[in-house]
Amino acid sequence: MKPLLLSHYTATSCLGHGLEPFAAALRGGRGALKPCRFETVELDTAIGEVIDVDAERLPARLAIFDCRNNRLAQLALRQDGFDAAVRTAIARVGRGRFGLFLGTSTSGILETEIAYRHRDPLSGRLPAAFNYAGSHNTFSVAAFVRALLEIDGPAVVVSTACSSSAKVFASAARMIDAGVIDAALVGGVDSLCLTTLYGFHSLQLTSTRPCRPFAADRDGISIGEGAAFALLEKPAPGARGVALLGVGESSDAYHLSSPHPDGLGASAAMSAALQSAGLNASDLDYLNLHGTATPSNDRAEARAVLDTLGANIPCSSTKGATGHTLGAAGALEAVACALALTEGFLPGGINTSVADAALGLKYLTSSQSRRPATAMSNSFGFGGTNCSLVLGSYA
Amino acid sequence: MTALSAYVDGIAVIGPGITDWPGAAAILRGETRYVAAPTLFPLPTALPAAERRRTGRVVRLALAVGLEAATRAELPVAECLAVFSSSDGDVDNCHEICQTLASADRQLSPTRFHNSVHNAPAGYWSIATGSRAASTALCADDASYAAGLLEAIVQVAEFAAPVLLITYDLDYPPPLAEKHAVPTSFGTAFALMPRRGARSIARLSVSIDLAPSDHMADDELERLRIVVPAARSLPLLARLARRERGPVSLDYLGQSTLRVEVEPC
Repeated sequence: MKPLLLSHYTATSCLGHGLEPFAAALRGGRGALKPCRFETVELDTAIGEVIDVDAERLPARLAIFDCRNNRLAQLALRQDGFDAAVRTAIARVGRGRFGLFLGTSTSGILETEIAYRHRDPLSGRLPAAFNYAGSHNTFSVAAFVRALLEIDGPAVVVSTACSSSAKVFASAARMIDAGVIDAALVGGVDSLCLTTLYGFHSLQLTSTRPCRPFAADRDGISIGEGAAFALLEKPAPGARGVALLGVGESSDAYHLSSPHPDGLGASAAMSAALQSAGLNASDLDYLNLHGTATPSNDRAEARAVLDTLGANIPCSSTKGATGHTLGAAGALEAVACALALTEGFLPGGINTSVADAALGLKYLTSSQSRRPATAMSNSFGFGGTNCSLVLGSYA
Repeated sequence: MTALSAYVDGIAVIGPGITDWPGAAAILRGETRYVAAPTLFPLPTALPAAERRRTGRVVRLALAVGLEAATRAELPVAECLAVFSSSDGDVDNCHEICQTLASADRQLSPTRFHNSVHNAPAGYWSIATGSRAASTALCADDASYAAGLLEAIVQVAEFAAPVLLITYDLDYPPPLAEKHAVPTSFGTAFALMPRRGARSIARLSVSIDLAPSDHMADDELERLRIVVPAARSLPLLARLARRERGPVSLDYLGQSTLRVEVEPC
C-alpha cells in the first residue's frame, strides 16, 4: 500500500488522559491495573479503569448519546488538541471527503445491562429514559463522534471483537486509496461493562492479578478500557512523522474463542502486513504483541511470530500496563508503536519478570532506549479474526 | 467521488415470506404476490455438529444467504473475502446476557459470551467454509446495508478479487423491541466480482450522493424496506430482478444516499 501519514494521534487508557502520561508510563515501565471495584461487579480480577469518565458531560444537544462509552470517546478526543486537528483536516479536505472509521466491541451495552435491572415489574418494560440507539447500538460511538465533530462523509463501525480498531486502519486506507475520501479519523473506543467482565470470567480467562503476558506463569487477562484515535491522510510533500506502511488481515477458520494452536491465522495476517508494506521480516525493529496473557493465546501467537518474523525481533505486550482494552486495543497499541517510533524507546512488557523461555521470543521485560524505524502491532479477536499493522517513521 | 464498480454474480435473499433469490425475484418483478410469513432460518449444515448446536438465528441467517449467493455465483468460498454488515447482530443473545446479568446469579454461559461478538457470523462462516481469507463485520445502524455495499465494492476494487457481501438483521425480542422496533428478520447477500464473467447479472457502480432514496411501489414491501435496515436493499434487488438499467438510491447516513448505477449484463 502507499504510506498514509498519522498526522495526529492521541490515546487514553488507565495510564492517563492523552499521550504524555501514556508515553511516560510505557517508557518508565509503569502500569495502572487495580483490583476490580467497577460498578456492582463482584469478581476477583484486576482491571484498567480510565479515571474521570463519569465526570465527562456530553453537550445537551447530544444527550441521547450519553453513556460511558461515548463519555470516554469525548474525553479522549479532547486530549492533545486532537479534536481541533480533526476540524482543521475536515476544513482542508472538505466535509464529504473526510471519513470516520471506529472500532468497538461492546459499545454502550453497560446502559442496557443497567436498564435490565430496572424493568417494570408488571410489564417488563425498560425505563423510559433508556435510549438504545444512542448508547448500546454498535454504531452509537460513530454516530456520536459524527455529531460532535460535524463529520459528513462515510462512517462505519468495525466490530470484530479485539481486532476492531486495528481493522479500521485497513478500511480507511482502502477508502483513501480507492479515492472515496482524502482523510479519515480512525480509532477505537471500548469501555468497561458487565458483559465482558463476567463473560471472560465464564471462560476462565481472567487473571486474579494484573496480567503477565508471555510469563511462564501467565494465567489470564486483565480487562481494561480505553480510546485511541489517529488522523490518517495522504502525506503532503515534505511531510514527516509516523506512517501506516502496511495492513494484513486474516481469519482462523478454527474456533470462536480459541486461537488456532499453531497460530496459522496470525501468521497469515503478519505475512500479509509485511507484503502490504513491501518489507521483509528483518526490516522490522519492534513488535507490539497481541499478548493477552492467556496460556493458549500467547503460545499460539509465539508460534506465529517464530514462523513469520523469527526469534530475533524485539517484542512486548503493553497489556500488562493498560489491560486488554478489547475493541480499543488495536488503535491504542498502534499509538504505542507511534510513540516508540517518535520518542525512541521500545516499551517493556511489565508485570512479567521473566519471559516464558518455552515461547522462544526476544521478549522485552523492561523498556529500552532505542529508536525503531518500523514497528508491527498485532490484534487478534474472538471469531478468529486477525489484523496486523506496520507503522514506520516517515520523512 | 469517482464511481467504483463490481459485477454481481450471485444474489441471495431470505426474509418474511421469502426463502431464496428466485422467489424474491418473482415477487420483485410482480409475477408473484408478496405474502408475508415468518422468516425461516435454515440449519447451518456446513458447520460441524458441535458448532451447529451453538448457533442462533443470526448465524443461521447469515450463513444461509452467504452460501446461497456464493453457490449461485459458483464462487469457491474457501478463499473468498467477506464483508458482514448488520444494524445490530444477535439481539436474542444480547437479551439473554442482559437478563442473566440483571439476575441474582450473573454467571454467563461461555457460549453465550463468545456468540455476543458482532463478528460471530463471520467467525462461524470461517469455520464452516474453512476460509482463512479476511472478513470484516460492520455496523452503521440504519445505514448498515449501504455501508456494507460500499465497503465490499471498495474491497473488490482494491484487491481485484471476489468479495461476498452478507447483510442481515433479526427481529428484536421484548423488551428491547420497544426501544428499537425491528419487527421481522431479513438477510441478503451478493457475490461481487472484479470482472465480468459467464454468471454476471449486472455491473454495479456506487457513489455517495444526496438524491432522495428510492422507495418500493408495493406498500408491504415498502414497509419491509423501512422497518428492517438490511431490507433497505430492496430497491436495488428489485432493479436486479427486473434486469433494468439505471440508478437506484439507497438510504445511507443522514441525508446522504448511496447511488448504485445498475447495468445489466
